[in-house]
Amino acid sequence: MTHLDALEHRSVHILREAYANFRQLCMLWSIGKDSTVLLWLARKAFFGHVPFPLVHIDTSYKIPEMIAYRDRLVAEWGLNLVYGQHQEALAAGRTFPLGAVDRLTCCGLLKTEALARTLSGEGARFRFNHATGAYERDPNTEAYTGVIVGARADEEGSRSKERYFSPRSTRNQWDVGEQPPEFWQQYKTEFAPGTHVRIHPLLDWTELNIWQYIAQESIPVVSLYFDQGQGTRYRSLGCAPCTAPIASTARTVEDIVGELETGALAHVAERSGRAQDAADGGGLESLRRGGYM
Amino acid sequence: MPIVVVGHVDHGKSTVVGRLLADTGSLPDGKLDQVRELCRRTSKPFEYAFLLDALRDERDQGITIDAARVFFRSALRHYVVLDAPGHVEFLRNMVTGAARADAALLVVDAREGVRENSRRHATMLAMLGVSHVAVVVNKMDLVGWSQAAFTAVADEMRAFLGRLDVVPEAIVPVSGVHGVNLVTRGPEMPWYTGPAVLEVLDGFTAATPPADAPFRMPVQDVYRFTRFGDDRRIVAGSIESGTVGVGDAVVFYPSGKRSRVASVEAFHAAPRTSASAGDATGLTLDEQIYTTRGELAARVGEPAPHVSTRLRASVFWLGRAPLVPGRDYHLRLGTARVGMRVEHIEQVIDASTLTAGPGTEVARNDVADCVLKLDRAVAFDLHADRPDTGRFVIVDDYEIRGGGIVREALADGDEAAREMVRLRNRKWEHSRIAPDQRAARFGQRPAVVVVTGPREMDRKGLAKHLETRLFEAGRAVYFLGMANMLYGVDADIDRTLASRHEHFRRLGEIAHLMLDAGLVLIVSAAELRADDLDILRVSVPDERLLTVWYGAADAAEIAADLALPDGASVEEAGGAMTALLTARGVLPS
Ligand SMILES: Nc1nc2c(ncn2[C@@H]2O[C@H](COP(=O)(O)OP(=O)(O)O)[C@@H](O)[C@H]2O)c(=O)[nH]1
Repeated sequence: MTHLDALEHRSVHILREAYANFRQLCMLWSIGKDSTVLLWLARKAFFGHVPFPLVHIDTSYKIPEMIAYRDRLVAEWGLNLVYGQHQEALAAGRTFPLGAVDRLTCCGLLKTEALARTLSGEGARFRFNHATGAYERDPNTEAYTGVIVGARADEEGSRSKERYFSPRSTRNQWDVGEQPPEFWQQYKTEFAPGTHVRIHPLLDWTELNIWQYIAQESIPVVSLYFDQGQGTRYRSLGCAPCTAPIASTARTVEDIVGELETGALAHVAERSGRAQDAADGGGLESLRRGGYM
Repeated sequence: MPIVVVGHVDHGKSTVVGRLLADTGSLPDGKLDQVRELCRRTSKPFEYAFLLDALRDERDQGITIDAARVFFRSALRHYVVLDAPGHVEFLRNMVTGAARADAALLVVDAREGVRENSRRHATMLAMLGVSHVAVVVNKMDLVGWSQAAFTAVADEMRAFLGRLDVVPEAIVPVSGVHGVNLVTRGPEMPWYTGPAVLEVLDGFTAATPPADAPFRMPVQDVYRFTRFGDDRRIVAGSIESGTVGVGDAVVFYPSGKRSRVASVEAFHAAPRTSASAGDATGLTLDEQIYTTRGELAARVGEPAPHVSTRLRASVFWLGRAPLVPGRDYHLRLGTARVGMRVEHIEQVIDASTLTAGPGTEVARNDVADCVLKLDRAVAFDLHADRPDTGRFVIVDDYEIRGGGIVREALADGDEAAREMVRLRNRKWEHSRIAPDQRAARFGQRPAVVVVTGPREMDRKGLAKHLETRLFEAGRAVYFLGMANMLYGVDADIDRTLASRHEHFRRLGEIAHLMLDAGLVLIVSAAELRADDLDILRVSVPDERLLTVWYGAADAAEIAADLALPDGASVEEAGGAMTALLTARGVLPS
């Protein structure tokens, strides 16, 4: 069994545990490479199907190609896609750089708060109707109690303290100090009313593993990850105003795997193109304590 | 290879890790000098612990090295140190790290010798089953590189590990501060001719899942995605040990139901005809049997797992409140989850000394040998035979608070009945109509509702009321009073207490027939006891069995699914019972 096989099998096991234990289960799909690999793993776990909703937080500032790619896969793979949006903040113009707020406040509203409200059901949810091909108001407003997320431990410091199943309080908060023990493939699948659990099937994967797996399985990813001839590509995807490409001439999945294997990017942080991290002195940890994915 | 570094505080874990990082060239350029320079400016002596802290700080600012997981590499491979030591050490973090690690380095200070946490951590490594353990005797510079000092500590640690059945694969004298015998050997201890720590690590082979052992697969779920137009009925699970292939006869425990593997299913993968240990897989079966999450699949012709409601186990406890007899817990073993109580604590072992004594509770961070009683039978192996299916966790108040390994399967008095059920399942003649089809026809899922309570309460009236109510709502329902059995099915047995067990066994078998027919069966029985319920559960799957206690709650010996107070009107009671059936998915909502 190869290392990639072992990673795949563990992730599949975790996904099946999540499905068996959480009635209100969803998976966050950011359209990026990690959560798309996660989506693929769900199809592995459930033999071609994805038996729970995929939740996408649409800040309305996503690079348009991402939304087109999302809707294409939703139709092709018969996915149950639900998106949420902070419509009040958007209507009030409280966004960066147009409105009078900084990057972090914008992230706090359009992502963190939008996510919290979508998960709890307070915020509007829009669900893709495969019969009409359009999005409509989701009648399900129950809070999700299990939320599958594509976080990896190697990504940055705060995530390395995570568990596969990590409890969150009623207010979405994460207590880094009081983590439950986790051993023998037994996870925190029981939870008090009003709390929910974040599930991290990709915790042991590295950025390199992700690309190797994308290559092995021929998983379709957004073309923004590849150089289109300008000598730049995106390494991590976010909102258009706050995401910058990196210098790279990788044109294919194999090129990216090569780039990572040779260590060409070893001294560049993966999320270095994400301006909100730099704006937040303590890195992602403070964003994450508040519920950022 | 994931590894952990454990040991008593200040014995040099951070220093050993820091050295391994520095001396294998696994640090970012200039990092070491930068931290040394910082220490010089603040006139603090340099510590490798600061280096790890500095890496952690940087990490949090988005640079590539991880603190809770640091990476280093040898010529042979990459290593990940899980949960590298921070300043506050929680046993639960150590447990989480060690359970994922393939190897552990146990660091002991040569001068201080074996201390409380050296022993405690050693005990946990043994219970968790870490494949490879090496002892690192550190700070040899402080004992003048003395062989005698080393031998004393090495012997003590070896003896302690021996009591835990752990044989250390090496015991290496080192100096973390001077970098001796970590990555390279130095001239300081000519009397030591063994390998350096990195060589020891390189000599370990990564654990491979046991494919040659008897087949064991805890059933995670049975999928049937008809709503996506998929008619396959797939038994999904991760194989803990052994191999299974198309055509193999398989048995599911505790039910003892048998079938044959028709196919090995996978999405977007080359077709295959077998699966083995380490695979998260899915099987379809020749003959459609009813199995569920929590059962353990094995192969006919291979050693069978044990099935019981009582077991002797060694447990470790991490909860703030102690583990005590009489309190209700849950035990999770494989995918099974059952109610559990501690029947008896045989001895409490101080994990830091291994001295055993009697006890009435198991305190945080201690280990004990206990007899555990489960609400219903589960299938398991003895830890000594098959570690992966011979261990469990204990859940208390939503949290995993302890773990344990099974030493012995104990008799619980229901073995004979269980054996009859297994034989019955094996010989069962399957109808051509699948349970799902009956459920669709009747608009309900089959269930047994036992209405019980003190003798003076009108249980029969209540049970008949529920029957009428459901019947009028169009349900397929049947009432069974005790008298209906006593003079028919039970006519050959007396009515002494000794025969009670057999009465309930027969009731269970009747209930099983009714369930198979797709019906909702309503039974009234006086003062149902916990052991009556145990025997019913031998014949009837737990999730199909609902109990209603009618009358004063303090008289109840069982934890009923629904408690109806003395004064409840028949109408109220009927409404509450119907609501219970709806909540449990028996009736459509
Ligand atoms: N003399 C000497 N001191 C050491 C050695 N290894 C560690 N120390 C010191 O022992 C103290 C505790 O070490 P540290 O690595 O922080 O221990 P930890 O708590 O187990 O991580 C520090 O002051 C180290 O400098 C050694 O080999 N020789």
